[in-house]
Amino acid sequence: MITKLLRLIFIGVINRLFVLLVIGLNVRNRQRLPDSGPAIIVANHNSHLDTLALISLLPLRRLNDIQAVAAADYFLRNRIVAWFALKIIGILPIRRTTGRDDPLAGCKEALDQGKILLLFPEGSRGAPEQRAKFKTGIARLAEAYPEVPITPVFMHGLGKALPKGEIIFVPFFCDIFVGENLSWQGDRRQYMASLVTAIENLAKEGQFSTWD
Amino acid sequence: MFNSASHSVLSILAIVYGVLVVASIIVATLKQKHPSNDYTELALRVRSWWVMVTLLAIAITLRGGWALAFFAFISFLALKEYLSMVPTRRADRRVLGWCYLSIPLQYLWVWQDWYGMFIIFIPVYAFLFLPLRMVLIGATDRFLQSASTLHWGLMMTVFTVSHMAFLLVLPESGGSAQGAGLVLFLLLLTQFNDVAQYCWGKLLGRRKIVPSVSPNKTWGGFIGGLLTTSLLALILSPVLTPLSVWHGLLAGSLIAVAGFFGDVVISAVKRDIGVKDAGSTIPGHGGVLDRIDSLTFTAPLFFHFIRYLYF
Repeated sequence: MITKLLRLIFIGVINRLFVLLVIGLNVRNRQRLPDSGPAIIVANHNSHLDTLALISLLPLRRLNDIQAVAAADYFLRNRIVAWFALKIIGILPIRRTTGRDDPLAGCKEALDQGKILLLFPEGSRGAPEQRAKFKTGIARLAEAYPEVPITPVFMHGLGKALPKGEIIFVPFFCDIFVGENLSWQGDRRQYMASLVTAIENLAKEGQFSTWD
Repeated sequence: MFNSASHSVLSILAIVYGVLVVASIIVATLKQKHPSNDYTELALRVRSWWVMVTLLAIAITLRGGWALAFFAFISFLALKEYLSMVPTRRADRRVLGWCYLSIPLQYLWVWQDWYGMFIIFIPVYAFLFLPLRMVLIGATDRFLQSASTLHWGLMMTVFTVSHMAFLLVLPESGGSAQGAGLVLFLLLLTQFNDVAQYCWGKLLGRRKIVPSVSPNKTWGGFIGGLLTTSLLALILSPVLTPLSVWHGLLAGSLIAVAGFFGDVVISAVKRDIGVKDAGSTIPGHGGVLDRIDSLTFTAPLFFHFIRYLYF
């Protein structure tokens, strides 16, 4: 009860004010974002702030349905971080190392419950403002749930604001370009290729120069 | 509680709201008469004016720290827009953090009415501190370009805009209603001049002034704007400022000329970088920098004009 209230205050008030006043988003085609689950939002990943910015764009009444898929080894590394990640942000922890059981089992369960998943197929924030190779879990989810809408999103700017390995936040405007839903076409490799193309095309809308 | 100066600020604000009502009615009528035309952009523009005028009205009516915080926030948005737009070096990420820190400091000097510090803090101390911090990082590639870009941004978005805030504390009583009158006078004339130059340019603009920078700027628009802005200054200066008739007229033409150059200088920067708008914070207008472009020139020039002659 208290953690639910804390989550509502953090996501509904603190995070929204922070995103609105300190970061500042430039969102294109916001109406393409899902307003109810089950749904998957797929985005490139550069910063911890990616999740906060995306959550701020989703309706608050769906708060209990929003889950960001995140690495268990990183976010469950100690009790305080784990509490914040699980209870306040609401992550869905998955194991990045391959084991015997299906690493996507948690995602499937969440989709069965009608959740909105935020998924970063790069699997890690990586070097700031550079895209790493996408992992193929998203294609397997698309295959298993062909009726669930999957929305590609390109984000730029937050990798400068709070890149991996930095603890000091520096304000930058963040561009968020939402693409059209990408439906399952019958082949995993083909699906990954069209996802990469979709994100690359979104990136081209903004004419961003490299950051070095 | 309200003295006469504050009364005149409130009456002028009421007139501004009246103009906004008329503008909204015109937009609504246009929509009805020509349903096939797309007036979304115009409607957004007018709606954003409602928001901006209301925020300003609240800020200068509250005065004191609130008004300064409001102007500091404008500086913050403008600097953020600038730093998000221009190419910066990855190595300088933390230096950018120091750039942002100059905003609370610069407005603190305003709050303290410490003119000596206010006027040299960014031109001298920030100017020296930024390369000092950069040299400690050690990256020499594109060093000069980065140092100049960052300082230019601070001058444009923090230093110039803070002059508008200093108008509030300029009168000797400190933060009196007269300060609010000066701010309103500067803002009204600057924005009016933008609109007037645009309208005169549409009506009788032919010869372009700087076609490679801003193809819409014409001599017709410029001179028309200059005359109407000076005329408005003549009417407003006895209401809002201590300016004499001739000084009022002079202030109006100063704002018209300076506003023109502020506008085209920011246009040149955007062309250099290759963007149309500096941001998208204000629907229908673009970014904050797109809105305050003229102000970056008019604020310091009007400030020194009136400070030299009256305070």
